[in-house]
Amino acid sequence: MKPARFDYVRAETLAEAHAVLASEGGDAIVIAGGQSLVPLLSMRMARPGVLVDIMHVADLGGIVIKDDAIRVGATVRQAQLLAWPELAAHQPLLALALPFIGHAQTRARGTVCGSAALADPSAEIPLALVALGGEIELSAAAGKRQLAAKEFFNGLMSTSRNDDELIEAVHFPRTRPGDGYAFIEFARRHGDFAIVACAAMADAQGVRLAVGGVADFPTARDFGPLDGAALDEAIEDFAFDLEARDDLHANAAYRRELVRQLGRKTIDEARRCRV
Amino acid sequence: MPRLTADRHHRVRFTLNGRPVEGDAEPRMLLTDFLRHVLGQTGTHVGCEHGVCGACTVEIDGAPARACLMLAVQADGMTLRTVEGLAPEPGRLSVLQDAFRRHHALQCGFCTPGILMSLDIYLRGHASPTEAEVRDFLSGHLCRCTGYVPVVAAALDAAAKLREAAGDA
Repeated sequence: MKPARFDYVRAETLAEAHAVLASEGGDAIVIAGGQSLVPLLSMRMARPGVLVDIMHVADLGGIVIKDDAIRVGATVRQAQLLAWPELAAHQPLLALALPFIGHAQTRARGTVCGSAALADPSAEIPLALVALGGEIELSAAAGKRQLAAKEFFNGLMSTSRNDDELIEAVHFPRTRPGDGYAFIEFARRHGDFAIVACAAMADAQGVRLAVGGVADFPTARDFGPLDGAALDEAIEDFAFDLEARDDLHANAAYRRELVRQLGRKTIDEARRCRV
Repeated sequence: MPRLTADRHHRVRFTLNGRPVEGDAEPRMLLTDFLRHVLGQTGTHVGCEHGVCGACTVEIDGAPARACLMLAVQADGMTLRTVEGLAPEPGRLSVLQDAFRRHHALQCGFCTPGILMSLDIYLRGHASPTEAEVRDFLSGHLCRCTGYVPVVAAALDAAAKLREAAGDA
């Protein structure tokens, strides 16, 4: 339970971090809050040649309100976003979902962008990004690009980030008047990884449900104005399309049942919140 | 900052319980091991060593954090408090520690340093917590002896005593 050896670079500028990633690529790992990476190092599931600490790069912090989105910089900790007084006003789904990330003691150090980078299938931040149609801002020495969340998450703990890139920020779309949101998570104990997590967003056009903890990465589907038995049937199809698997925590049939029950409940609640 | 190479020990300096401390660590050394083996501060306990049990919780720059989820080199330049820093003077317990003693909020004591650090920080920012809030905050700690009931009672009692003291001041 001790990490293997690696070099450590505390980057002071973005250029410095980019330079290490450009020259060492896949052998380098960015460390921010470290709340998932350090246990992976300790269990030797991650064995980088060099760690690049970006927490001391000056320009990577900050929660900025843009026209249609909230931009959260790479060094913003989960607790900092949760404590932001304007969070619920600008994006209620985040205010609902963030308290389910780990515990206060890990949210105090874990970063928002770090959670996106890890891409755990049951994590709340990737789920919120997919549910809201958020974007991920990547940068490298060679340049910048911005990807939609559903293109970014592309496999089990896998993303389309290139080895020379780091996440500079993530963008959560802001709420619009009349939008309704709901979030329901099922886990054995508070703070455990979700067995199933559901996020729903309802507007005048219809409703979208995103599910985490079932497929390899969080997945969203639009259900339009469907309601009643037709909605239940559509959620049933969605539950099967997620291709749930058996694991230590729950079997596939149980996960599908959670998607049916909690998915419907989350959608209904999001619609009720549309005032 | 120059690259800290894997095969060497590097000087790490930070403020611990109000005093500057320093020692040498390889980049891979966890903060828990640095506190205990390099600095000899063994009040911080090591339980699961992957961030679940909470026994190693310390204060880093004003917030609670798992010392096992941090590298010693990451802590360079930061301000830390550990359980050794809680008592106001030798032989005198802090309000929270005293409440733990009176309520029998520990048996084996293994989880206690982490719980004390978490609650000490929490009560600073939340003078009048409800039982539900205390329980939610304690969900980041595992205790296999007490069943948590006396821990919650001690936390609420300490909060009341701290409010009283603040009112008198």
